[in-house]
Amino acid sequence: MSNPEVAILMLCLFIVLVLLGFPIAFTLIAMGVGFGYYAYYSGGTTLEDIFSNQIFYLLNQNTYSVMENDILVAIPLFLFMGYVVERADIVGRLFRSLQMAAHNLPGSMAIAALITCTVFSTASGIVGAVVTLMGLLAFPAMAKAHYDKKFASGVICAGGTLGILIPPSIMLIVYAAIAQLSPLRLYAAAMFPGLLLAGLYIVYVIIRVKINPEIAPKPAKEDIPPTIEIYKDLAVSFVPLTVLITVVLGSILGGLATPAEAAAMGALGSLILAALYRALTWQKIQESVFLCAKATAMVCWLFVGSWTFASIFSYLGGHDVIEHWVLGMDLAPWQFLVMVQTIIFVLGWPLEWSEILIIFVPIFLPMLDNFGVNPYFFAMLVALNLQTSFLTPPMAMSAYYLKGVLKDQIELMDIFRGLMPYLGIVLLCMVLLYQFPGIALWLPDYLFGAYVP
Amino acid sequence: MDRFVYSIEGLSVWVGRAFGWCILILTLSVSYEVFVRYVLNSPTVWAMDVMIQMYGALFLMAGPYALAQDTHVRGDFIYRLLPVKTQASIDLTLYVLFFFPGMLALFWFGAEIASDSWRYKEVSWNSPARIQIYFFKTLIPIAGFLLILQGLAEIVRCVRAIREGQWMARLNDVKETEQLLMEQSANASEEQKA
Repeated sequence: MSNPEVAILMLCLFIVLVLLGFPIAFTLIAMGVGFGYYAYYSGGTTLEDIFSNQIFYLLNQNTYSVMENDILVAIPLFLFMGYVVERADIVGRLFRSLQMAAHNLPGSMAIAALITCTVFSTASGIVGAVVTLMGLLAFPAMAKAHYDKKFASGVICAGGTLGILIPPSIMLIVYAAIAQLSPLRLYAAAMFPGLLLAGLYIVYVIIRVKINPEIAPKPAKEDIPPTIEIYKDLAVSFVPLTVLITVVLGSILGGLATPAEAAAMGALGSLILAALYRALTWQKIQESVFLCAKATAMVCWLFVGSWTFASIFSYLGGHDVIEHWVLGMDLAPWQFLVMVQTIIFVLGWPLEWSEILIIFVPIFLPMLDNFGVNPYFFAMLVALNLQTSFLTPPMAMSAYYLKGVLKDQIELMDIFRGLMPYLGIVLLCMVLLYQFPGIALWLPDYLFGAYVP
Repeated sequence: MDRFVYSIEGLSVWVGRAFGWCILILTLSVSYEVFVRYVLNSPTVWAMDVMIQMYGALFLMAGPYALAQDTHVRGDFIYRLLPVKTQASIDLTLYVLFFFPGMLALFWFGAEIASDSWRYKEVSWNSPARIQIYFFKTLIPIAGFLLILQGLAEIVRCVRAIREGQWMARLNDVKETEQLLMEQSANASEEQKA
């Protein structure tokens, strides 16, 4: 049954309901069931015809598919690992050890904060937690050392957002489940773009401080501990977590374990690590378990709704009509990419990454073939782009988290100003990736063989 | 009326938390499987099914828990600026119109599917152990039922909020790190002012 007008109505009504603030998972289910009922309605008028509609079985079938999806299994495990790491007081150790180790570099604390954010957010994957923890930890330290406040806040917000990009990230698992790509290849593809972005941030900090040393004064000589202490600190605080992440990531990329298996070992490893740091209490385990349950429900119920919504939307011919419309514009591949990325960028102002990925990205995915765009390359552009959804005012979530913990210590406008350069770097990184797709595509091809569509 | 709302939410929270512990079983069983496969070279026949069932039960049964704690993601950048009474009227309308049909479908038709599954004692084909899945399928109507109950509680909340201009407090629960830290900072800065 094809009825494109109804499909477009379905999409518009859905967007209106989302804007009204109704929980998105249930909005998706409601739209799927409502319009699905219409689509499958057989025209009978007996009670049986009215109540037994194909859509009700489809909803159950989709729910069951989400329940037995072996890619999504990794989500609760990575979340659990993140919560354990978050609550084990690891981040403080990490920052202090790196801060001392980096003392010779210009803007040492900013660089230490960036590296801490990168490592910690890779393990935790929850942007809000990284930004607030670092805001309470690194920001006061930088303020005390007379760092420029705008500069310091930008570093924390940009660094804390890296967690959704650098593997093992939950966002990429979600993307894999939506686009039916291999999570392995996605992780491999995200390695270099992620590291490139983190590297560019660090380079930017160094250049900025070289040009204007006043924004980041050097630490006083007497504050620097002897070299041997620095190495000891690094060995105790920095190495274990980094090794844990490397093992998790290495076993996935080396083809030894599926993401779910690696995530389980990562979760177990983080429990052991927390125990070794003597930070593992029964209460912390309990809290991590409960938070993990809520967060998993949040993400996976979105899938229940999204798959039902998508199948009805497609059944009504919605995808075809949009595809037809876009193809009718007669775009070159680069114009298509610029258009899609601009749309995602703009959607990032009001919406969060999960909403954009689950609702809007699937609309564009079927068109990639027509333009000859590699889906992994596209995925990386989207992943980089979603960084901006945390960093673009007026709805820069990272900035709000930081403002939320710093209160009167800084103005929101100052955080926004501090963020702007990093927004520019993300865009630069996207241009680089477009010019040199090998940044994303070389590693997966090298590890798993050339990509065959 | 408070008792009605809080007993339903207590149930949702309790069930969600109970199934939350599946994450520990999931972590340990998958780690065990990896260990026996690579170190002892004798993989289990049940790990795949345990993994699927623990994960599926976890997210499904935590759904009402997340609803009772208002953690399902909302596109709330306009919503949060509205006065409480408007928020509540919008929510009330949308719950009544859009929430229940889907949940009733999960409950009613889920029960039908599950009872079929019970009748022929359905097993899984994911791994050689062929573990029973009729319990697992029964979770769908149960989750549907709990969500219907929780939906009723949400409706009472909305009605109360429209009358009183104030949302009823949610049950106490663990908070996300960012929320916890932001609340602590807010309290600290208020104390300073006082």
